[in-house]
Amino acid sequence: MPNLEPAFAEIFLAVGICVVLITDLFLPQSRRDITYVLALLCLAGTAWASFAIELDTVPMVIFTGNFIADPLSQFLKIFTIATVGVAFVYSRGYLLARELYKGEYYVLGLFALLGIMVMISAFSLLTMYLGLEMLSLALYAMVAFDRESPIAAEAAMKYFVLGAIASGILLYGMSIIYGVTGSLRLDQLASTLLASESGQWSVLLGVAFILVGVAFKFGAVPFHMWLPDVYQGAVTSVTLFIGTAPKIAALAMAIRLLVEGLGAEALVWQPMLIVLAVLSLAVGNILAIAQTNIKRMLGYSAISNAGFILLGLVAGDQVGREAALFYTLIYVITAAGAFGMVILMSRGGFEADQLDHYKGLNARSPWFAAIMLLLMLSLIGVPPLAGFFAKWSILAALIGADKTWLAALGVLFSVIGAFYYLRVVRLMYFDTGLDQIAPEAGLDLRVLLSLNGLVLLGLGLFPNWLLRICIAVMA
Amino acid sequence: MGLLSALIWLPICSGLLILLFGDRTVGGRILRLAQWLALVVSFAAFLIGLLLYSRFDITTPSMQFVERVPWISTFQIEYFLGVDGFSAPLILLTTFLTPLVVISGWDIIKNRPAQYFASFLILEGLMIGVFCAVDALLFYVFWEAMLVPMFIIIGVWGGEQRVYATIKFFLYTFLGSVALLVALIYLYFQANSYSILDFHQLPLSLTEQTLIFLAFLIAFAVKVPMWPVHTWLPDAHVEAPTGGSVILAAVLLKMGGYGFIRFSLPVTPDASQLLAGAMITLSLIAVVYIGFVALVQKDMKKLIAYSSIAHMGFVTLGFFIAWRVINQTDSVVGISMGITGGMVQMVSHGLISAALFLCVGALYDRLHSRQISDYGGVVNTMPVFAAFMVLFALANAGLPGTSGFVGEFLVILASFKASFWYAFFAGTTLILGAAYTLWMVKRTIFGAVANEGVASLNDLNFRETFVLAIIAVFVLGLGLWPAPLVDLMSPTVENLVAHITQSKL
Repeated sequence: MPNLEPAFAEIFLAVGICVVLITDLFLPQSRRDITYVLALLCLAGTAWASFAIELDTVPMVIFTGNFIADPLSQFLKIFTIATVGVAFVYSRGYLLARELYKGEYYVLGLFALLGIMVMISAFSLLTMYLGLEMLSLALYAMVAFDRESPIAAEAAMKYFVLGAIASGILLYGMSIIYGVTGSLRLDQLASTLLASESGQWSVLLGVAFILVGVAFKFGAVPFHMWLPDVYQGAVTSVTLFIGTAPKIAALAMAIRLLVEGLGAEALVWQPMLIVLAVLSLAVGNILAIAQTNIKRMLGYSAISNAGFILLGLVAGDQVGREAALFYTLIYVITAAGAFGMVILMSRGGFEADQLDHYKGLNARSPWFAAIMLLLMLSLIGVPPLAGFFAKWSILAALIGADKTWLAALGVLFSVIGAFYYLRVVRLMYFDTGLDQIAPEAGLDLRVLLSLNGLVLLGLGLFPNWLLRICIAVMA
Repeated sequence: MGLLSALIWLPICSGLLILLFGDRTVGGRILRLAQWLALVVSFAAFLIGLLLYSRFDITTPSMQFVERVPWISTFQIEYFLGVDGFSAPLILLTTFLTPLVVISGWDIIKNRPAQYFASFLILEGLMIGVFCAVDALLFYVFWEAMLVPMFIIIGVWGGEQRVYATIKFFLYTFLGSVALLVALIYLYFQANSYSILDFHQLPLSLTEQTLIFLAFLIAFAVKVPMWPVHTWLPDAHVEAPTGGSVILAAVLLKMGGYGFIRFSLPVTPDASQLLAGAMITLSLIAVVYIGFVALVQKDMKKLIAYSSIAHMGFVTLGFFIAWRVINQTDSVVGISMGITGGMVQMVSHGLISAALFLCVGALYDRLHSRQISDYGGVVNTMPVFAAFMVLFALANAGLPGTSGFVGEFLVILASFKASFWYAFFAGTTLILGAAYTLWMVKRTIFGAVANEGVASLNDLNFRETFVLAIIAVFVLGLGLWPAPLVDLMSPTVENLVAHITQSKL
């Protein structure tokens, strides 16, 4: 009997999903809240199970080297679970108002979470692929969640086809690496690659194909085509889900595959990563300016932020990875808040997905205008908000790694990016609204959203503890 | 909690409180709590400023009232505050002007007054933070955060083109600041500390210094603003509400000059020397060319905005003329004269431009026009106002006996030690400045009553008279007896001169 303890959280979640799924079958629509509460309980239990694992000083590797439990995986899992929980709470009122309040949303969300957790703990190419597919299939279904909406169906189709191609390319790259090294385990293939001469054509191809898979998950240019369409097409609660937790999966995938597995080939993938990062910053920031739909705009913003995260990995050292982790965490919190605002504004079946719907928000609801102001300022990177320290940590990592020119390029694009975030502020504060209706929402959404905005301010004033955690888990 | 922390956080926390509290309507009457609270808090901050002044030791160049606690210990970032002879006058200026701005907005601001007054209080705290910060990243946090309240002030309470103006303002200064950020992080890796004092002692090669100097230049030149990156200022000034213009001209522009003297000169002295010629040229262009541009303005606020650029040209001229003085003579007297002149000019311009914007604001509140051609013969209906306006206009032109004279005279004198031609071009300001200011006064104040609007004007009320009178006292006081101001900064100036005359190479 192998030691199952490190995977206890995943096992608990898998069982929990089955319970939620089966319970939901027997519930009438009026009792759907039971599914909701069960799903949240399931999350709480999984979080507790992840937290309770006692880690050794050396990472625990189980299932014949397919699964790893280390401080990084533990921290990322707890953070992801929290993110999914926040997404569930934000979504409830929105789904209720649209008669989409179904158990499937929660079940699929939990399945996606399971996929993310498997990816976070993946220690072989196969586990990584398994987790990725579990996450992706759940997400495809979630995008198509609103069956009545043709635009959602189109987005789901696009996502599915492009996602399948990307997975195929990734799998091809993995098979090449397996063929060269004769191993699926990340540590074994890393040592084989380190021992063999660098610059082999086959390895180069394998690395490039794996990078395509990673870039697709991040939505980095030129593998970003799906992202704006999916963000816009999916119902907002699903966009919220896709825009947050899977970013952590992408980061985990990049760290596990590129750094832990293919670290010996860093000289091969770093130049590629630079191209991806710079293109993402450029395309994301510039195209976001042209958007009139806020979900699409946030989609392009996600692309540019992915560029910044990749810059942290480009720095190539420990500090760079810590910065990338810190940046991802802050970005996920901010994105959750931003989509939460879209949900808040979309009261009673009305979709507030146009930028114009935010006009005059300050007059209608000064408090939530202020929260949105905090979110936008954090995305621009204005101190003392957390987004500033996220950008600063990436810049510091780049300059510390003698890549000052990349840092200069990064800040240049963030100035361009400032424009479209400022436009939201301008609409809220300087323009008069189309109507005078204040946004209404349940207490749960209002409280959590307020906290979400204030957390960014709090983390901006006192970022030290989170930075310290990032350093501790990356070591 | 130290004196400096109190100065920073009292206005910010009160500002947030006002935001939360807002303006309450009780029985159909709006309770104007916000402005009362803002007045009390800003006056309290002024008193703390006076306390700071009374305890300030004018014999030492080192940092005083130091507060130093770790903030982000993983990267050696500290909450490190202190004041020296450069920051103290500017802090006093800030705390002095904010209550006046609050009074000038009294009952006039009808649209969301709570947010208006809260913005100014938060802005005040952040501005003081910029002047107090000795940790470079802390400095940057305040420096950048300051943009937000100003962005909101111009955008919400500004004129017709306010959105264009405020976004231009934000993006221009943001672009400048990020260059500063990259330079500061680079310096951190060299010094292994974010303390500005450590940056000062850091040996750097000439290439490093030049690049860092240029990064600093982008940030500070936009803020000053120097020609040719000045174009945001006239737009921002014209569109900003009166209070916004006052703070913008009086304090925000000074941040650029402060940056030069806090960062550029001491951190990169050799690059400063290398590029002094270019800096002097840019300053002289600002003085002469922008002076001519000011001459042809039709809008009073725009005219004062251009006049601000020309006067700030004197500040940068005073700072960088030092290097040419070193080449010509061996005496350090000329160098400290230029730097002192630049500092005095900053304080004096802060007072004079604030007063001029308040004067234009008083006219604008009555006739809702800033066009010079809409006025004429104002003296007939507003004699008290006219007296103040003429006084401040003469001060702006650098009349001896007003504070405007002291700074300009010192800078011109220092320029003479460097070269006759620098002094010659700098001296044209005495003609140009007089020309554009006095011509504006002639067209608006004097002559026959131009139209019915002017005929119906009421003279200043007590509130407006009070504000202008207080500023007038200081403008005349510093002009007749500038010694307290000069003494305040002289040890720090001497220290800086001794520091920068030693090459880091």
